[in-house]
Amino acid sequence: MSDASMLNVRGLNAWYDESHVLHGMDFEVREGECVTLLGRNGAGKSTTLKAIMGLVPKRAGSVMFRGRELIAARPDVAGRAGIGFCPEDRGIFAGLSVEENLMLPPVVAPGGMSVADIHTLFPNLAERAKSAGTKLSGGEQQMLAIARILRTGAKLLLLDEPTEGLAPVIVQQIGRMIGEIKRRGFTVLLVEQNFHFASRMADRHYLVEHGQVVDMIPNHELPTRADSLHRRLGI
Amino acid sequence: MMMIFGKPAPLLFGQLLLGIINGSFYAMLSLGLAIIFGLLRVINFAHGALFMVGAFVTWGLLHYLGIDYWVALFAAPLIVGAFGLLLERGLIRFTYKLDILYGLLLTFGLALVLEGLFTNGFGSSGVSYNGPDILSGTLDLGFMFLPVYRGFVIVAAALVCFAVWFTIERTRLGALLRAATENPSLVQAFGVNVPRLVALTFAGGVALAGFAGVLAAPLYSVNPNMGSDLINTVFAVVVIGGMGSIGGAILTGFGLGVIQGFTEVFYPPASSVVVFAVMAIVLLARPAGLFGKAA
Ligand SMILES: Nc1ncnc2c1ncn2[C@@H]1O[C@H](COP(=O)(O)OP(=O)(O)OP(=O)(O)O)[C@@H](O)[C@H]1O
Ligand SMILES: [Mg+2]
Repeated sequence: MSDASMLNVRGLNAWYDESHVLHGMDFEVREGECVTLLGRNGAGKSTTLKAIMGLVPKRAGSVMFRGRELIAARPDVAGRAGIGFCPEDRGIFAGLSVEENLMLPPVVAPGGMSVADIHTLFPNLAERAKSAGTKLSGGEQQMLAIARILRTGAKLLLLDEPTEGLAPVIVQQIGRMIGEIKRRGFTVLLVEQNFHFASRMADRHYLVEHGQVVDMIPNHELPTRADSLHRRLGI
Repeated sequence: MMMIFGKPAPLLFGQLLLGIINGSFYAMLSLGLAIIFGLLRVINFAHGALFMVGAFVTWGLLHYLGIDYWVALFAAPLIVGAFGLLLERGLIRFTYKLDILYGLLLTFGLALVLEGLFTNGFGSSGVSYNGPDILSGTLDLGFMFLPVYRGFVIVAAALVCFAVWFTIERTRLGALLRAATENPSLVQAFGVNVPRLVALTFAGGVALAGFAGVLAAPLYSVNPNMGSDLINTVFAVVVIGGMGSIGGAILTGFGLGVIQGFTEVFYPPASSVVVFAVMAIVLLARPAGLFGKAA
């Protein structure tokens, strides 16, 4: 693993209209790492991902992506720079077929996964290519939402609770998928509530409380600190 | 003389033709409105005025520059589309974050301004425009005589409607438009310049109105109110078809033109209100319109 910081977030603040949600988030994701943001409901994890993409009404601070400042950039500029975003609600388009959903995000850099590889990894998406995107099961929709950002050549993937609301067997499948994504050299910033899942995927964890990072835990220290973490996460 | 339902056949066919012609304009105009509403959430009240501008541009190209109909068929939509682009970038985009009423009021005001300007310049009776000679004759179809230009209008309108439908429903550009209609910020996060897509969509929708204006120029008198005369019916068509449904706008446009034509034969007094009667009935039975998805 190289030490190069792929994403470096400093003093990130974000607002929805009058409500101030992020109060100076500080964290970084190095190339090839899988890093999680852990925290209670409403801590500001999803808002952090949206603020990185420029999808919040107002933000301040610094978002450096591969040496480039994105704090004032439009969302499409962040997308073009090579950040792939998978939102909490999955964002599958009802008016588009599975295939159209998969092919929708433009290729932003060389080196993305080929459609053939994606279909090998997710056979369901090939079988159901012509159905409406939202006719898929929840798990299939989640896989589609991740698959479509693997194609684009984006090197950093922001995944917002990919296991939320899914049956354990599907969660396992998503886990294998993220493992494969890591093997292929993608860098992943993962928001997770599923503590067990996070511990199997990630290299490091940031604990988020009230819109701030309050702790950083390397994955190997997780077992010894599990009790205090459970308390702080309220699980 | 052959009679159908107690009416002379030529009269019936003549009205059917007229209905399809009117339906062609309803279809082209409601198509543009539906596309613009789908992506911009703007009810474009200036659509009729831009149709009128298209007709005047066609006339002006010939009158001032000696540019003929066939060139105007492409040039006028481009000019109207470019004008639409300026309107969107200069004015309309500032209403996106506001209540939908602001876009409606703005475009309503634009329509009045455009109509006022053209009335000032050309008087309310307008100007006349002769279509190309090659389309001037009539064709004997056996059961009726078809003025060639009218046949041309129907074919051109049908082709353009099909091309627009195909682009939106079957191409990658169309997929981007449909996706941006559902969730613009996610499409933008994927790296698509959505504000530019929106501006070009408005220009495209408005160019369709300009194209309809070219087709209309030899058919109707080119006058400042030709758009507002038509646009009320077109709005009814969009409501009946279902806001934002492309195929629905096309089918409803042609269908209502025909219904209107036949009403003219069987009960002339009702022909001007039949569209609104249909609208009322459809709204009672299916509030989202015939082809609209229930919200
Ligand atoms: N669109 C919005 N408008 C106003 N406030 C919002 C909006 N989205 C989120 N918030 C508020 O911002 C805070 C942080 O929300 P966020 O969704 O980032 O939390 P989260 O950590 O992702 O929570 P969860 O685990 O439930 O997904 C919450 O108090 C939430 O109510
Ligand atoms: Mg969240």
